[in-house]
Amino acid sequence: MYIANNYVRAKSLEEAWELNQKKNNKIVAGNCWTRLGHGNIGTIISLKDLGLDKIESDKEQIKIGAMVSLREIENNKEILESFGNCVQKAVESIVGVQFRNLATVGGSVWGRFGFSDVLTVFLALGAKVELFKKGIVGIEEFIEMDYDRDVLVSIILPKKGLKASYDSVRLTKTDFPMLNCCVARNGEKMRVVIGAKPTKARFFDCDFNEESDKIVEQFVFGSNLRATEKYRKSVAKVLIERNRRAVM
Amino acid sequence: MVVSFKLNGIKREAIVEADTTLYKLLRELGCYSVKCGCETTNCGLCTVIVNNKSVLSCAVLALDVDGAEIETLEGLESEALEFGLCMADEGSEQCGFCNTGFIVNVVMMMRELDEIDRESVKKYLAGNLCRCTGYQGQLRALEKFIERKRGIKI
Repeated sequence: MYIANNYVRAKSLEEAWELNQKKNNKIVAGNCWTRLGHGNIGTIISLKDLGLDKIESDKEQIKIGAMVSLREIENNKEILESFGNCVQKAVESIVGVQFRNLATVGGSVWGRFGFSDVLTVFLALGAKVELFKKGIVGIEEFIEMDYDRDVLVSIILPKKGLKASYDSVRLTKTDFPMLNCCVARNGEKMRVVIGAKPTKARFFDCDFNEESDKIVEQFVFGSNLRATEKYRKSVAKVLIERNRRAVM
Repeated sequence: MVVSFKLNGIKREAIVEADTTLYKLLRELGCYSVKCGCETTNCGLCTVIVNNKSVLSCAVLALDVDGAEIETLEGLESEALEFGLCMADEGSEQCGFCNTGFIVNVVMMMRELDEIDRESVKKYLAGNLCRCTGYQGQLRALEKFIERKRGIKI
């Protein structure tokens, strides 16, 4: 675990942002991934007192605060009613309940991890990311951005009436995914997202009837300890078909 | 820095460093049921209840629990005893190292889940690893315990 010299609970987003401009300082949310790091942190910046632990819903969108836990989005009725069980399925295999009670949505999205289940499903649902200084950006743009010193405030899920389905393959339960896939259907169009390839998730928009062979060609797969590039490609076709069938 | 919280119903105050974890603090306060296995937020050994949610205390910063209510196995004795006996009956305690975190999470599961079946039990407890029992003994203990408490077979 890292060594930290100081801990501050920010009183405002402005204060959190200002503290975060110093390279040695770090925003720590659930501390699940960060705790695996080594080295020194000047000041741990906590966002606990900023009210970012709420899920707000209206006719247009669902706004998920950065400090909402993965367990809360897993159990949230609004998310379930608006998007079916795809979000639930995406997070329910992440370690265990105790872990998901700590891990936050903000931390999961900010990390833009290659193995992320959360990023895959949010990308399929056309989520937007609210950053304190930069404002609201599409998650498609966000995943390409450099890691800067901004503060992630919330994730916005627009209610577009999408039908979405999520599936993943893991070598063992609660492990990182070997591959994950989410398909979101919008009328005769669909968005296919594939993550853990093993690099971070990417999307492809196409007709609903597009052949899975052609879809898979749009993604770059790689090999690591969990699977080879060739195997991932084969599995990707299966996951696309399964998800497509689920949203028919 | 000073952190104050309720530990098993008793108000406590402690001086901690910025990077002190809750696990370390609880051990210092005499809660030896809280054990650390993997230290990578995977095994569930260090499970405690914070504000009625089970969490991995090896990942929680002590300063993050300021004002919180914390329960460890020491404070759950009566709730935990019955399940502990079921584990002993089914021979699922084995080396015993993972038992404390497992029992705490079972207590929390019983509080949280209104409807319970075999699948939901498996899902809820997936974050508690055990390297000796192969989980079958634990499942038998859970079957027995849930039947006693809820009158249903899982």
